[in-house]
Amino acid sequence: MKMNASEWVWLNNHDVCSARNLIEVSGLSSEEFDELVDVGVIEPVDETAQVKSFHLRYVVTVNTARRLRDDFDLDLNGVALAMTLVRRIDELHEELAATQARLGLEM
Amino acid sequence: MKYKDYYQTLGIEQTATIDDVKKAYRKLAHKYHPDVSKDPKGEEKFKEIAEAYATLKNAEKRQEYDDLGKRTAGESFTPPPEWQQHYGASGSSFEDVDISDLLNAFRSSGFANGSTRRYANRPLPGVDYSVKVSVSLEIIFSGGETDVTVELPKYDKNGLPHRTPHTFRITIPKGATEGQRLRLAGKGGPGTDGGKPGDLYVILNIAPHRLFRVTGRDLFFDLVLAPWEAALGAKVEIPTLGGTLELDIKPGTSSGQRLRLPKRGLPAQQGDHGNLYAVTQIVVPKVTSVRERELYEQLAAASDFKARAQ
Repeated sequence: MKMNASEWVWLNNHDVCSARNLIEVSGLSSEEFDELVDVGVIEPVDETAQVKSFHLRYVVTVNTARRLRDDFDLDLNGVALAMTLVRRIDELHEELAATQARLGLEM
Repeated sequence: MKYKDYYQTLGIEQTATIDDVKKAYRKLAHKYHPDVSKDPKGEEKFKEIAEAYATLKNAEKRQEYDDLGKRTAGESFTPPPEWQQHYGASGSSFEDVDISDLLNAFRSSGFANGSTRRYANRPLPGVDYSVKVSVSLEIIFSGGETDVTVELPKYDKNGLPHRTPHTFRITIPKGATEGQRLRLAGKGGPGTDGGKPGDLYVILNIAPHRLFRVTGRDLFFDLVLAPWEAALGAKVEIPTLGGTLELDIKPGTSSGQRLRLPKRGLPAQQGDHGNLYAVTQIVVPKVTSVRERELYEQLAAASDFKARAQ
């Protein structure tokens, strides 16, 4: 069964959405979302803008945060800490993949 | 319908208390959760663990599950008569029904326990589904289309959820990146009690390439040179995703040098292309002819070069 895929949205680093969109999509509370912004896990496109917008790739981040919150019964601080560590792990994975590509090592 | 042994999945006895269930779930979740586990099969294992936990942590769902009786995992079985009656035994086949979809459908229909809705009426969102799709580097370079197939529950006229393969054709934009996701809102599992349906996510993986290694938008490949090409310099043909190019190798090129070809890497959806890096590798023939050996010996005698003195 083939389906019309016109509603597909790529979660990329140039299209943007509002904080409300991210909260609705993820099921996080406003408080949890604000905490993730405060600790720098989620960064607005323009920090100085009155109404802040966020890149669509953060849909993945907020969904991960909600999943970790639900799957491990995390509180506000726990979610923020877990997401900070997840971001750090992602950065290290990228560095590792880059090094392996440069040196021609198998993953 | 295939039986799933949720107790076996969590490694607990059927007599386990709710605390035992939670403890077993947490232990396994720490090990296999896709956001924290390095196990390549972690995601699949965690899905099974989460499905078992979702049923066993809820006393009423657990009772419904227990009422099915104890069986062997993977064993085909026919649901109890009252379940069949609810879905119209003659009109529906349970063959391709997933037990977790059925337990969820029971909950949303309010059929459980004599048609009284025992669960809280709070709207619950449907489950998000995700599927990985492997795409060639050539498609990432030029953009293109690919099909992705995922099994989603589809409800028959009696409300029985059947797992049915759905194929979606998706457009891969030029310059898509490893791990990038595509979201199709509302195509996940159905919500309950008025909750919105879940979403479907497609996760893009770049398939390993026979020549190129990818990091971000940059591409690396090994450029193999003969000793005389490296020493004397040469013009060599090199592959790029856009076709072959001629590259000047400077005299005195060593192994492991990175030669950068600007903007010959992967395109960006916005901004500059990545770069292509040729990583030099000097190889020598495994077998040398008499003449080659003589020439090497002459070179060794004439040269002041000391490789290990540098």
